[in-house]
Amino acid sequence: MNILVLTKQTFDTEEKVSIQNGRISEEGVEFVINPYDEYAIEEAVRVKEKNGGEVTVLTVGPSRSENALRTALAMGADKAVRIEPGVGEYDEFSVAKWLAAAIRNRPFDLILGGNMAVDSGSGQVAVRVAEELDIAHVTSITKLVLVDRKAAVERDVEGDLEMIEVSLPVLVTAQQGLNEPRYPSLPGIMKAKKMPLEIISIADLGLSEEESQSRTMVVDQYLPVKKQAGRILQGDLNQQVYELAQLLRTEAKVV
Amino acid sequence: MGRKVLILTEVKDGKLRQVSLEALSVAQQIADGEEIIAALFGDDSTEILSEISLYGAHKLYTSTEASLSVYTTDAYTQALVQLIQEVGAEVVLMGHTGVGKDLAPRASARLGAGLVTDCTGVESVDGNVIFTRPIYAGKAFQKKSFKKGILFATLRANNFAVKESPVRTEIVSFQPTIKDLRTIVKEVVRKAVGGVDLSEAKVVVSGGRGVKGAEGFQTLQALADVLGGAVGASRGACDAEYCDYSMQIGQTGKVVTPDLYIACGISGAIQHVAGMSNSKVIVAINKDPEAPIFQLADYGIVGDLFEVVPLLTEECKKVLSEAAVSS
Repeated sequence: MNILVLTKQTFDTEEKVSIQNGRISEEGVEFVINPYDEYAIEEAVRVKEKNGGEVTVLTVGPSRSENALRTALAMGADKAVRIEPGVGEYDEFSVAKWLAAAIRNRPFDLILGGNMAVDSGSGQVAVRVAEELDIAHVTSITKLVLVDRKAAVERDVEGDLEMIEVSLPVLVTAQQGLNEPRYPSLPGIMKAKKMPLEIISIADLGLSEEESQSRTMVVDQYLPVKKQAGRILQGDLNQQVYELAQLLRTEAKVV
Repeated sequence: MGRKVLILTEVKDGKLRQVSLEALSVAQQIADGEEIIAALFGDDSTEILSEISLYGAHKLYTSTEASLSVYTTDAYTQALVQLIQEVGAEVVLMGHTGVGKDLAPRASARLGAGLVTDCTGVESVDGNVIFTRPIYAGKAFQKKSFKKGILFATLRANNFAVKESPVRTEIVSFQPTIKDLRTIVKEVVRKAVGGVDLSEAKVVVSGGRGVKGAEGFQTLQALADVLGGAVGASRGACDAEYCDYSMQIGQTGKVVTPDLYIACGISGAIQHVAGMSNSKVIVAINKDPEAPIFQLADYGIVGDLFEVVPLLTEECKKVLSEAAVSS
């Protein structure tokens, strides 16, 4: 079985976000594999362990994102591909075109991705890749069972559970609850350091500039207005609760 | 400069979703006099149809085609893409809901179009439509515009005012050609509790590790019920298996923007704060006066949530019944 995983390197979720010259500053920032992609990698490795085959992780990103690929290799992936996006601005439309072009000449039965990336929060790229490759997709999955060439999938829909049946090839996106991602073992980390990475430039993909030109553009980025610290209520607990209910009703007008 | 806008409206539990009304109101702003077209797949109850006409839709395309009765990506993508082409829509709006999140990327990709998801604001500048959306789960925001093609956007619930604008709505029966469905929905299991959807709730009562167990969440549910809200959780509470991951609010998890957020026994880790800091009013209840959540709260009570929350539930009941009497 040939399994592909779409990944992205993102800010560690503990990082604060700051902006310099209208751009998100990456100075001193700790990067990790997008947390949702960890579930996707874990699931891919489990499918391989059960059914045999090969796991290839792909990412679009600058050279620093190779650390995320190495982590995926240390978790049990076999091959890693980085697409170098170059310097221009790009959006989900472009990234999906590039990934699909890189995938098209590879054999695949199953593609996994994260439900969304915790930086952009956009949740588009994996689904767009499925459309580009003209295969089915199921988003936000919490369970995956493969039998022959069929997948029984459970997906989270606003807290409810949907059970879906679909034939391979299919693309699925991972939601929390799908599995518990393993920590890479030390031998795994050592081995991953030496494994070759395939690096592809946009020019290598054979797309015309027009084909992958972004459809949207960022016109501004900014931080939210800092909230003023509020009021800690004082006095007897019953009095505090009474006052809170009154404030919510009359001052905040939310009850 | 106006644009022809198509809104995919959604019905949940027999009611038109609030975010669909919000989308119709956003459409009024973007259309700027051009035609507003609503679509409703899989439902044609008269009540819903007449409700849609209150919010400015000039035309309403309904389809009761059997394959649209339950959402599947393939059927809805085919129907939506055919409709967009038939009416010549320039802007397509839907809620950032379970359906919207799955459908919008697929349909926009099929049409070679861009998409801006999870929008919390919209403005028109020099003929361009610009959408605002949170990034890094609300630690920052970005404004995005479109370079070319149809403008697709999904809108986050609770962020747009609903504006009534009654018009005569022409109802058109729409019959899309739907074939080659690749996924089969075997069963849908309702797990979401309380009936109020977390992402659309006006009030969210949320618990962290301080809730101590699954039973502790019942204390929070009682308060949420009185306020007509939903119950959420921090990652700590989910990891400790006090509740389902579908309730998790934070950078990994749901991002909510209710009118009132009540954080109970939540310390205020940066990942959790990212998911709720844009709530309009924040209340923190925590035993630890040093908890970072108090930095963010509009109102704070230092105390044991198991004492405070039941008292607050009773007090809110009183306040609400007094309000009901005086109105």
